[in-house]
Amino acid sequence: MNDILLEAEYLTKCYGKKKALSNINITLEKGKIIGLLGPNGSGKSTFIKLCNGLLQPTSGSIKIVGQPIGIETKKVVSYLPERTYLDDNMTPTQLLDYFMDFYEDFDKERALGMFKSLNIDMKQRMKNMSKGTKEKVQLILVMSRRAKLYILDEPIGGVDPAARDYILNTIITNYDPEASVIISTHLISDIENVLDEVIFIKNGEKVLQKSVDAIREDEGKSIDALFREVFRC
Amino acid sequence: MAWSFKEDRPIYTQLLEQIQARIVTGQYKIGERLPSVRELAAEAGVNPNTMQRALAELERIGLVYSQRTSGRMITDDAQKIGEMKMQLAQDVIEEFLQNMKKLGYEQKEIAQLIEQYPTGKRKETEKA
Repeated sequence: MNDILLEAEYLTKCYGKKKALSNINITLEKGKIIGLLGPNGSGKSTFIKLCNGLLQPTSGSIKIVGQPIGIETKKVVSYLPERTYLDDNMTPTQLLDYFMDFYEDFDKERALGMFKSLNIDMKQRMKNMSKGTKEKVQLILVMSRRAKLYILDEPIGGVDPAARDYILNTIITNYDPEASVIISTHLISDIENVLDEVIFIKNGEKVLQKSVDAIREDEGKSIDALFREVFRC
Repeated sequence: MAWSFKEDRPIYTQLLEQIQARIVTGQYKIGERLPSVRELAAEAGVNPNTMQRALAELERIGLVYSQRTSGRMITDDAQKIGEMKMQLAQDVIEEFLQNMKKLGYEQKEIAQLIEQYPTGKRKETEKA
């Protein structure tokens, strides 16, 4: 069995003259929870958008489950974007049907269970919900797919600490040894115990990819502390 | 006992210590079944692979063992658990001594201080 889930080689993305990502090589294995960390404008979202085919690389390549980005990879990648793309007039009940139509791997029971645990009103329109509730709805929909790779761009920024715990717990308990999760966030100390490994991105370059415990072992400090050191302003 | 993690050490070693402490204090009872990796990971709020690694290490040192159908069991060897308790006690003493030596005490003085500790405290409260 091939354990490689994602492979990016010499990946470069330029916006005009500005290099957002420069010659990045990243290999990710199955069954891992990976933190994609870097300050604002470091290239995290660019990388994520390239993984989802929302951007085309200037040079280099990405493969997920051995395939170039396209229909086949979209079937197995569940993506939570930074900004909402859902119709504001829809209710969670309608969104549930929408996702079931769209994705073969959508698990309705899992979604209903999470909606219930987080006390979400299934009949309320998205536009009438608070920012945090909207984020919860989106995250539930994304996490309810039985995907091979979950890519979560800033998934917990707007939700309260109790819901944050619940969401991290959901990630842990729904954990499938064949699937991986990429989480991009600034809230490092909240999630670092949940991560297998972290990738630090700085000015479009990968500066570190290492397991969380190896970092704590070698550096004698948390990921949060190391981040503050590496990215000191 | 709640799970808690310090920043400066690997989570894996801290999990290992805390599960050992739970076995030694009888929170996880001798000969009983341990919760599954997933349950334990969710409860502690840690990565399942990290929890798996800690349990594998406990298995290696013989405090738990795998049963094909019913998951991981805690050893029913009371002597083994006793030895582990002694080992943990040694570690606590070692750490305490290190800290006291940092304060400038010699081992003899430390022993005296321990001897006096409850009495010394009582006398002070009596005075007050």
